[in-house]
Amino acid sequence: MAAVTHAGTAGERNLLPAIPAGLRAAAPVAVLLVLGFLAPLLTVAAYAFATPKSFEVFRSFTLANFSAVFDPSNTVWMSFAWSLAYASATVALLAVIAYPIAYGLNRMFGKWSGLVGVLFVFPLFVSENVRLYGWVLFFIKNGVLDGGLKWLGFSGGPEVLYTPGAILFGMLYVYLPFMLFPMSLGIAMIPKDLVDAARDLGASRLMIWREIELPLAMPGILVGMLLTFVLGAGAIAESKILGGQSVITIAQDIEVAFTYAQNWPLGSALALLLVAIVSGLALYVLSKLDLDRILGKR
Amino acid sequence: METRSQIRARAFVKVWTAFVILVIYLPIICGALAGLSKGRYFGFPIRIFSTEWWGKTFASLEIQSLVQNSLLIAFIVTLVSVVFAFFGALAFARYDWRGRKLFQKAILLPVFFPQPVLGLALLLWFNALGINPSWQTAVVAHLVWIVPVVTLVIAIQVYSFDPTLEEAARDLGASRWFILREVTLPILWPGIWSGALFAFLLSWGNFPLSLYTAGVDSTIPKWLYSKMVAGYSPMVPALGTMSTLSAAVLLLAGGLAITLVRRRRADA
Repeated sequence: MAAVTHAGTAGERNLLPAIPAGLRAAAPVAVLLVLGFLAPLLTVAAYAFATPKSFEVFRSFTLANFSAVFDPSNTVWMSFAWSLAYASATVALLAVIAYPIAYGLNRMFGKWSGLVGVLFVFPLFVSENVRLYGWVLFFIKNGVLDGGLKWLGFSGGPEVLYTPGAILFGMLYVYLPFMLFPMSLGIAMIPKDLVDAARDLGASRLMIWREIELPLAMPGILVGMLLTFVLGAGAIAESKILGGQSVITIAQDIEVAFTYAQNWPLGSALALLLVAIVSGLALYVLSKLDLDRILGKR
Repeated sequence: METRSQIRARAFVKVWTAFVILVIYLPIICGALAGLSKGRYFGFPIRIFSTEWWGKTFASLEIQSLVQNSLLIAFIVTLVSVVFAFFGALAFARYDWRGRKLFQKAILLPVFFPQPVLGLALLLWFNALGINPSWQTAVVAHLVWIVPVVTLVIAIQVYSFDPTLEEAARDLGASRWFILREVTLPILWPGIWSGALFAFLLSWGNFPLSLYTAGVDSTIPKWLYSKMVAGYSPMVPALGTMSTLSAAVLLLAGGLAITLVRRRRADA
């Protein structure tokens, strides 16, 4: 972060010619990140050590919020467990769901791949609550599934709404593009000649996939998995809209602490723990990757 | 020559992709149906179709102010984020400088971050600064997340840009401003337009950041959510469908314009 803050001060000085062009170009974004991302996180960190149920930030220091979180009588660890389990399941299932599509976008759809790509991008521009609400209308009693089956003479649809399974389904649905596109960039990094050469030398399809395609596409796949995991761990809309109250995710606990309970220090302690898990993972994976290559530097 | 297993794999990928696309659009279609059915409560199959709720949604003054808020936020976010991200993308992909690798990773962090938590953190920060949350703070919140995304979109275009063009112009005595206007910008236009389109649409559809940082002001996604939780009326799916359709029209128009520009340039 040292260079980022440095860039921030560089932007305020009067653009001296000694400052490298890259640093000058980075300055506006760097200032935004410091003021809009780093500072809020530091505020959260400061609140996490403030007296519980108070607003005495920067004026008190206590570990009471953390001991409340780790108190055995507190069931907030359940929310953590649910969120991390949901995030892991989402990553694993989406990797399987998205791989054939990402492969097709690169190798099979030809001139159609642009259109297919746009069809997968578009849902990102429709807010997730609208799309999730569409599933409520689909699964609800007398909704599209239930009513449709009755109309066809069956006894009606299964009751899936407001169950833990519905939440997982909603997460798979919302986060698919975040797995698909990085994965597709990863698969684009596989040189086609290499695959052809391996085939000419008699390698089987499975062997080509395991020894060439998968390792070369790995950076993109990792980015997709990381992105999906992080977003899944912080998910809230899926459990609220599709899950009823069947599962409380950690983001929901944080929200309750910040809103109804008016216990900002506790909410901050929870948020800080979530951020520690998520950004620890993100920084670890990002440190292993060369972003120039993934985004297509020649 | 394709072997039989290759043909089978190809067929599987196509059928699977078509199935997933169908699943992706199914809830959007359900919402459209619900907004077009007569009666206060949704039931399927729809007995009577009507545009009653679309009319009521259009006539509602409350919804007009939501649309104005959403548009205003999206326009400001688009303008600011394109300018920031244009320079950010040059720092990301074009210039060779010492902090570049760090910058590349730092810029990804807001994207690799749960948005509800980012929204709540910003709420705390605005409160610590003594700023009352309103649509202006929502603009800041959107920027924190959208500027990095737009930077990546433009950076992809920058990677395909040959830096010797700028050097040639400099060798011929062109000023820095002249190079920016006559060389760099024209080459990067398609990326900048794609970035602007992304910025507008992501802001237009954003829910978690607006929920926590817009204060008493409401945007379309935020209002829809409050009605989903309490007080359903068919105006919810109707407005949701209108919002989706406008995004689709914008994406289509923008995509066509960018394709036309690319094609004309390829011919020239």
